[in-house]
Amino acid sequence: MEEVEVDARGLSCPEPVILAKKAIDDPATRIVRVTVNTGAGRDNVSRMARSQGCAVDIRPLGAGDFLLTIRKDS
Amino acid sequence: MNGFLASRAGIIVSGAAIGVLAALLQLLGNPANMGICVACFSRDTAGAIGLHRFAPCQYIRPELVGFVLGSLFAAWAAREFRARAGSAPVVRFLLGVFAAIGALVFLGCPWRALLRFAGGDMNSAVGLAGLAIGVWIAVGFFKKGFSLGRSHQTPTIAGLLMPAVMLLLLGLLVFRASFGPDGALFFSEKGPGAAHARIRYSLAAGLVVGVLAQRTRFCTMGAIRDVILIRDWHLLSGVVALALAALIVNVCSGNFRLGMANMPIAHSNTLWSFLGMVLSGLCFCLAGGCPGRQFFLAGEGDGDAAIFCGGLIVGAAIAHNWLLTAAPDAIAADGAVLLGGPGVYGKIAVLAGIAFCLLLGFTARPRAGQSAQSLGKSKASGPDLCLDP
Repeated sequence: MEEVEVDARGLSCPEPVILAKKAIDDPATRIVRVTVNTGAGRDNVSRMARSQGCAVDIRPLGAGDFLLTIRKDS
Repeated sequence: MNGFLASRAGIIVSGAAIGVLAALLQLLGNPANMGICVACFSRDTAGAIGLHRFAPCQYIRPELVGFVLGSLFAAWAAREFRARAGSAPVVRFLLGVFAAIGALVFLGCPWRALLRFAGGDMNSAVGLAGLAIGVWIAVGFFKKGFSLGRSHQTPTIAGLLMPAVMLLLLGLLVFRASFGPDGALFFSEKGPGAAHARIRYSLAAGLVVGVLAQRTRFCTMGAIRDVILIRDWHLLSGVVALALAALIVNVCSGNFRLGMANMPIAHSNTLWSFLGMVLSGLCFCLAGGCPGRQFFLAGEGDGDAAIFCGGLIVGAAIAHNWLLTAAPDAIAADGAVLLGGPGVYGKIAVLAGIAFCLLLGFTARPRAGQSAQSLGKSKASGPDLCLDP
């Protein structure tokens, strides 16, 4: 699928990163939208995504949730 | 400041600062090669309140109080305090129990392993290798879908209870509370429990570490896990900085002695140093954080981490009451080194713990997961997405 949503709220390390990476690694996926609800989750997922060469846009959703929109290059 | 601490330079500086503080705590009175040891400090705190009666290890460690309160302050200031809980608490409690047992067979948690290394105790290399193997096995389980499930928001007061309990312990310590001639608090007169810096130094160091670790997400287990899982060296850079900084302070202060046998509060029983830390590594990784990280998370309001910390304290008590802990090396009358290590119960406990973690790793999976289809999109989510009310 072109776009994938990952709900990683409430999950302990390293599950948010694993789920996000699995989505990014799928060659058919262009955009991954990850929702997390901790600062650590936000930091870890965005760092991983950037290390994979993706562009990451972070938007606070209120109530401590964050939406990370990860776009794969090329 | 926030941006800096989240950066590579930030975690390296923070790691170095923590390493310096830990080495300084040793100079200020904490036990040798034990400026900070979350497992040992859990054991000492358990002893002080009477959960075990092993006299050499009874003292409420203000460092642990500082970790929780420092993290609470940092999280609150950054609006990251979130009271949450509910992810398989019984499992996490038992993981804490077994983590403590494994650590008390090695005679240190990963923090102490780093400080023993920085003090010249090369048995720490064996322990760190065991830790890495335990983490590697656990990473394999995560890749196969291991999950303890989601936590959920809880009332704010629920997230403030662990900090409140730590404040209570601090108060009991400061006022040297005594419930009676044979009652708690107990204070060691000899042994590691009698070796401690002044309360104000321990508390101050703990608070600073708590703040830095919460902001940088410092985790000695995660450092290894992230390299194995995603080739990410961020956390490891902070951990290496900790070890190097402590090493430099130790060398400059004459606290460095290279060796394997008869090192301070340590044994050179290679096999059980290794296996004890394999167990601890499994437990920390499956539970999502090293023991320090669990105290920092507890300060952030994470009730599942607080439960793990409870498991550490109870596990340390059980380890002493059931004679599971390792004995350090000793010197015989003729000068020969008597090899330390665990007794038969400790060995059984470590193997049982590893078996428990393997069972958990193979069987703990989310409830039947489903992908929800919606127009033009697909969803790939963690556990229970479609089964949440």
